[in-house]
Amino acid sequence: MIPGAFEYHSPTSLDEALSLLKQHSGDAKILAGGQSLIPAMRFRLAVPSTLIDINGLNDLRYVEERGDHLAIGAMTLESSLEDAAVVRQSYPLLHDTALVIADPLVRNMATVGGNIAHADPANDHPATMLAYNATVVAKGPNGERTIAIDDFFTGLFENALTEDEILTEIRVPKPGAGSGGAYTKFERKVGDYAISAAAVQLKLEGNTIAEARIGLTNVSAVPMRAPGAESALVGKSADAGTIEAAGQAAAAECDPSPDLRGSVDYKRDITRVMVKRSIDKAVARAKGGN
Amino acid sequence: MSEHEVTVTINGEKITKKVEARTLLVHFIREDLALTGTHIGCDTTSCGACTVIVRGKPVKSCTMFAVQADGADIETIEGLAAGGELHPLQEGFWEKHGLQCGYCTQGMIMSAKGFLAENPNPTEDEIRHGISGNLCRCTGYNKIVEAIQYAAEKLQAAEGGE
Repeated sequence: MIPGAFEYHSPTSLDEALSLLKQHSGDAKILAGGQSLIPAMRFRLAVPSTLIDINGLNDLRYVEERGDHLAIGAMTLESSLEDAAVVRQSYPLLHDTALVIADPLVRNMATVGGNIAHADPANDHPATMLAYNATVVAKGPNGERTIAIDDFFTGLFENALTEDEILTEIRVPKPGAGSGGAYTKFERKVGDYAISAAAVQLKLEGNTIAEARIGLTNVSAVPMRAPGAESALVGKSADAGTIEAAGQAAAAECDPSPDLRGSVDYKRDITRVMVKRSIDKAVARAKGGN
Repeated sequence: MSEHEVTVTINGEKITKKVEARTLLVHFIREDLALTGTHIGCDTTSCGACTVIVRGKPVKSCTMFAVQADGADIETIEGLAAGGELHPLQEGFWEKHGLQCGYCTQGMIMSAKGFLAENPNPTEDEIRHGISGNLCRCTGYNKIVEAIQYAAEKLQAAEGGE
């Protein structure tokens, strides 16, 4: 399958990329890792007339703690996220996620910024970043702005970026003492989209859950949090009854579509189980386990 | 239509060609460079039959444009056997019966070459994780894992012997 013809640009600076984007406003697509865009172009689901390849912007590739957050450059490869010591040590939810995104070959090309900007509810980072309460940084002709992750996903494949903006960084708040997180994904095989997956980030005070955020993958048209499941946890003791109630709340509030991966009822029940497993693991990690 | 001059170093040989921007790297390798050892399997970024090593990392050449490889070092299966002698990975697949129909084999080998460069002494689990982007419909994978273990040991021994 051959993609439609397009004009290709490979800027060497962010400013050059932004000016190209402005110049071709409306019909240009940013090419990051291309692991979603190029398949879509082969199927002619996407037929952009101009591609602006930002793989030359190597200064957008970094993963480091800065002040109160982990800063991830938009062009950071998924494989570098998987290998980053800081992620493995301090951001277990993010590390879990990095290990199960697509497959190792795709992760050698795919980028964190692309995964988020694509705004595909079947992608894994949206749920994880919702659970982390991350912030997205975007740059446009009028400078830089930050967008709360809760405001970022506006529709299926739609995000809050304007046509002349480029996502440049993702900021993940540093988890405080007593925090734990986990991502659990159920997939038919490596590389397939999730049947369902759950990202959980919580904070314990003693055995009481003081804070919790939960993001769900591929069970809604827009990447979603599970507010009912979150409120089933907050203020409660981290015991089996509480965790089951949260799983059931998530199963009820998600909105999956039936497809070759299963029926609605099946996906709801898998969601219940994924949420419970993620909470179990997050609680264990908050208590210092793995 | 936008045409671009692309220069790649493929298996050590530097080549410059004009390509249309939409030319996928796998088509460039197979059709423009006539290196047909790299296969097209699924055309949907699923199977890994088109795996080649670009800038040191194994990637799916069906999910990258040739123009993106401008200036890159590329390794394909054709570059593996040195002076007519099989690479330890090729020998491993031969000795351990790591293939049946053979369609996925070069992708498996290029993936394995990529991750063995970073982790020369992998556990069985790490090998399975490493080839999880490559599909095989014949072997059930066990023989492929054994083939890669064989190659890892042989490469390690060669390293130690130097």
